[in-house]
Order: sequence, then structure tokens, then C-alpha cells
Amino acid sequence: MAPAIVAEAVVNGLLTGAVYALVALGLTLIYGVLHIINFAHGALLTCAMFAVWALDAAFGLDPYVAIIVLVPCAFGLGYALQRYIIGPASRGRDGNVLLVTLGLAIVIQNGLLAVFHADTRSLARDSAFDVVAVGPMLLSTPRLVGSVVAIVVAVLLWLLLTRTDTGRAIRAVAREELGARLAGIDVRHIYAVTFGLGTACLAIAAGLLMPSYTVNPRTGEAFVLVAFTAVVLGGMGSIPGAVLGALLIGTVESLSGLFLGDSLGQVGIFLLFILVLLVRPAGLFGARA
Amino acid sequence: MNNVTRRAMLATTALLAAPAIVRGQGAPIKLGILQPVTGALAQDGELGRLGAQLAIDEVNAAGGVPGLGMIEMVFGDARSTPDAGTAEVERLNSEGVCAIVGGFASPICLAASQAASRYGLPYIVDVGVAESIVTRGLTNTFRFAPGFSTVTSVALDNLVTINDAAGKPAKTVVLVHEDGLFGSGLAKLMQTELPKRGFEVLDTIAHPTPARDMSNVALRIRSLAPDLIVPSDYYAEFVLLARTLQQQRIKPKGIYGVLNGAASNYRFVNEFPTIAEGLLDCNHWADPKNPKTAALKAKVEGLGKVFSYNVMLNYSCVLLVADALARAKTADRAALLAAIGSSTFAGHIMPYGPTQFVNGQNKGATPVNTQVQGGAIKVIFPNAVADAKPVFPVT
Repeated sequence: MAPAIVAEAVVNGLLTGAVYALVALGLTLIYGVLHIINFAHGALLTCAMFAVWALDAAFGLDPYVAIIVLVPCAFGLGYALQRYIIGPASRGRDGNVLLVTLGLAIVIQNGLLAVFHADTRSLARDSAFDVVAVGPMLLSTPRLVGSVVAIVVAVLLWLLLTRTDTGRAIRAVAREELGARLAGIDVRHIYAVTFGLGTACLAIAAGLLMPSYTVNPRTGEAFVLVAFTAVVLGGMGSIPGAVLGALLIGTVESLSGLFLGDSLGQVGIFLLFILVLLVRPAGLFGARA
Repeated sequence: MNNVTRRAMLATTALLAAPAIVRGQGAPIKLGILQPVTGALAQDGELGRLGAQLAIDEVNAAGGVPGLGMIEMVFGDARSTPDAGTAEVERLNSEGVCAIVGGFASPICLAASQAASRYGLPYIVDVGVAESIVTRGLTNTFRFAPGFSTVTSVALDNLVTINDAAGKPAKTVVLVHEDGLFGSGLAKLMQTELPKRGFEVLDTIAHPTPARDMSNVALRIRSLAPDLIVPSDYYAEFVLLARTLQQQRIKPKGIYGVLNGAASNYRFVNEFPTIAEGLLDCNHWADPKNPKTAALKAKVEGLGKVFSYNVMLNYSCVLLVADALARAKTADRAALLAAIGSSTFAGHIMPYGPTQFVNGQNKGATPVNTQVQGGAIKVIFPNAVADAKPVFPVT
């Protein structure tokens, strides 16, 4: 295999990994604070991708502009879901939360199936095919934009968590819920804000994914499976961990796809996953239990 | 309720029962249509149902089946799995259908036709190409369209003809296939048959379905620089592959699909006209010189739907059953089986000639070669039905 091709595969993997990171960020944020594995994450991502597609189909809205429209909507939706459905329905039990989010995922997925049918849809925009020539490499412009935005969002999220009062409240609730409650923090509000932030991340991811990917009611599952792996790899609840885990997974997937064939591309991810869990059970950046 | 008299109650009951009595006098013939309209194959299933519905509407508009009356569709959703297909056959049987048309995917057709055979229920396969569908010795199963071996041998012969006519510009090939039963089987066959016909297979690249990314496939193709790419994958994956090839500025002398999910699909041609231009495919397609084809196309497009081979085949299969019903003069299953088995029906729109079933397979069935030219899907082979000349090499 020529070194130029391997190099291009690595860069492609990093670009894909950056978008995985955005999906993983929402997941790790929700896990870190609420201590729940959000099974509805994939369905919500699919929902956001359909929203981007629908805005383009109905109003010709550019997917990047659609992000600006969709982020507040997604935040509102996530907030409302946690505050008025997941929170009350789970009655404080983690087992119930799992089932509620799983139920939500089924409802959303079938709702999408009813409205959009099982067709695979994509944005038919010429800009989707733009490439940037970097030396001998031809890099896809939408992916390049996607990875830059993903990294910027990750940094902003990290700043939000470390430098703002809301961020401090989120971390306080994550660390010690009762203590946070006693300090006067509205825990239910913080839960909902966190879920809203996680969902807003998905709206951004959807806008970045749609120019180069297709969507059907089952698309989200595939991304979320990878995102779950990235989150566990990086350490549950850790933002730098999720980003690094996702970048690593993107690269490993790309390289194993190149050498073993795309059918076996995912084998590399899970080999790495098992290896990391053996050596560092809490993940790369996870706090030791 | 206290004010309701017994007489009034009786009168109401009689009124409610009246339509049932009227219906009983000229009950429609129930025809089972089985298609996957939910799940992964829903896009194809919806179009198959549309084709069947249009044929039923046409028969009914002309007064129904002579001597037997109107046809009523009893629909079963195979939900993209053989299990669901089998369950729906049981239901269709209990509802008293005279025959079942459809199935789409080979695994569904295999399971559903076997379930139908237990009740002596005639089963007409619309698309499923697996050879085993008609080699199990089931007397109730008929396939109107060509099977896998016919399609592939015609595809290979026509590829050689097209290449020879252009002065043999294509010598090297890369095979790209989905790693399921359909794609792997086809790729394996191509791997052994193409070298015998003078082509060098540079590489065989497998990918999963669904695939998120085709960058690596495109990278490998770019490094190999083949003259010809032979893809065998489903709609979404082919669209992704074609888009990535264009993005990576890979321009082979031709892309030659065999039973490709997108290359003979107007949805792809309409959404991505520049990428689709020049694509070659060997697939099921209606006879463009048959005036009924253009009429059906106009009707389908008038409904805002895609004129696909699912529409063409299901439309033709339902007309075939209607013809057999008219000849059998009864909806009795055994009589209908005999009538289908001896069918010489020529009123369909496929380029097959009159039907002739031998062990359940329609002997005249053949695929055609299509090419996207000027935003339209043209038939370029066989010459008897072609409405365009092949453009090769494309670049």
C-alpha cells in the first residue's frame, strides 16, 4: 500500500472521528450528570438529520444555516423531554430511565417511519462534492468544515462546564446530587439543561453530517453505537476523553477498513476497545472507581 | 335506550345487514399482494404495491375479469423479513385470496411461496432472483422475471459486446460489492467469469450494508485506476459510492452495474443527474417500444412516484393473473394453477414475449441493458427493444 494512500486514510479517519466526537459529546454529558445511558440518543440524531433534510427540501435552507435554527429547538426539545417525560416517568430510578429512553427511541423511530417512510434521503447539493487539495490528498470540504466545527463545539462545551455558573452547577449535580440540592441548586432544572445541551450537540452534528451522509429512520443507531464505544473508550463523562476516543476510533476504523476491507473495518474498533478496557478499565480519561 | 322498540331495532338491524347481502351477490375476487412496505426494503415494496394497484385499477376499470367480476387487493406487509412474509401468507390464505403476487427479495419469496404451497395457493414471484425459488419442485410457485443465472450470463455477454464494439477500451476491472448473499454471490461469479472473457480483475472490494462511508473504497479504486467498475450493492450504498467517486475525481471508462439498486432508478437519476449520466446496468426493465409502457410511466409519474422495475413487474404479474382467471373462469385455486401454468400471456409490458412457464420459470424472461443518457434511462440492449445506442467509453 502506497504511503500517500495510508496518510489519506488516516486524515479521513480523523475527519470522520471529529464528527463521531460531536455525537459522543452529548452522550457523555448526559451520562456524566444524569448517570443514565440515553438510548434515545440515536433516534434524536436521526430526528435532527431529518429536520436538516426537511428544511433544505422545503425552504432550500443550507445545512449549516439550519444548525442555527435547530440548536435552540433541539435544546428546548431535550429540556422538555427530560423535565416533563423522562424525569417524572423514571421516578428517580436508573433502571426506569433506561426503559423510558428506550421507549422514547422506539416511539421517535416509528414516528419518523410513519412520516418520512423508510426511504434513504440525502441533500442533493453540489457543495457536498467540493474537495480541498492538500498535497496529493483530496479532502472533502464538508468533512473538513465538520471536524473544525466539532472541535470548536467541544472547546466551547468544556469552557461552559468549567467557567460558567451553569457549568459549575452541572458538575456539582454530577458529583454530589444531594449536596448540590442543599446548596440551593435546582437539580431538576440542571438535569433538563444537561439533556438539552446533549440534544443541541446532536442538532449541530446533524447539520455537519447531512452534506456528506444519507438519512433514513435507522441512521442514528449506527452513529450512536460508535459514539458509545468512543465514550467508554475515553472514560464515561469526560469531555476530552470523548473527543480523543472518537478521533482514535475514526482513525482505527479507517485504517482497518483500508487494510482488512470495509466489511471488517469495525473489527479494529472493538479490538482496540477490548484492549483499552483490559489495560485501563475506566477508559483513557475516566476517573478511577 | 328505553325508547327503542323491538320493531325499530329489527328494522335497523335489517338495514345494516342489507349491504352485506348485496355484496354477497357479486363478491369481488380477492388477490393477495405481498410486499415489504416497512423495514429496510420499504422503498421497493411501496413501488411494488403501486404497480399491483395500477394493474388492478386497470382491470376493474375495464369491467373486471370477464365472467368473474372485480378484483379486490388484500395487502400483506412482509416487513422486510421472511418470517413476517410467512405470517402474512397465513393471513392472506385465511382471508380466502385466489393467488399471491410479490415478495420482492429472494429470502421473502422463498419463505412465502413455501408457506403458500401448503394451501395449494398460486404464488407469482415478482422480483426475487435466487435460483432456488423455482428449483424446489413447488408446483404453486411461478417466476415471471428472469433468475440470477440468466441475468448474469446476459450481463456478461452484453458487456463483452459493448466493449468489443468500442474497440476493447476496457481491460481492467474492480468489483465493489455489498457483503450479503446477493453482492457476494454476484462478485464471486464475476471473479471467475470476467477473466475468461479477457478482463483482468484488479481487486474485489467488499463493504457492509448499511455503509456510512466509502472513502476507503474510493481510495483503493483511485490507486488501482481500473478501466471499469462493476458494483453490486443496494440503493443507498451505491449512491454513496457514486458520490464519493465523483468527489475523489475518479472517472473510469464505465460503471457497469448488474441488478444494481440505483443505476436503473429514476430517483437516483433525478436527484443526481450528473453522477448518474452514462451509468450502465443490466436489470429488469419494460419494453420501451410497447405503448403501454409509456402510458404506465406517465400514470406513475403523474402520481409523483418513481417508475421503477418494481412497478413494471408487479403491474405485469397482476395482469398475468387476471388473464389466467379469465381463462380458468373460476377463482378456484387448482383451476387457477393450471391456467397460470399453461399461460401464453402477451399483454404485459416486459420484453419477454408470451409467457411460457417450465417448472415455474418463465422461459422468455430476460434482463435488458440500460444506460442513463441525457437524464433518462434508455434501453441499449437487446437491439429488438433498444431505444438508444450505447455510449462507451463514457469518458
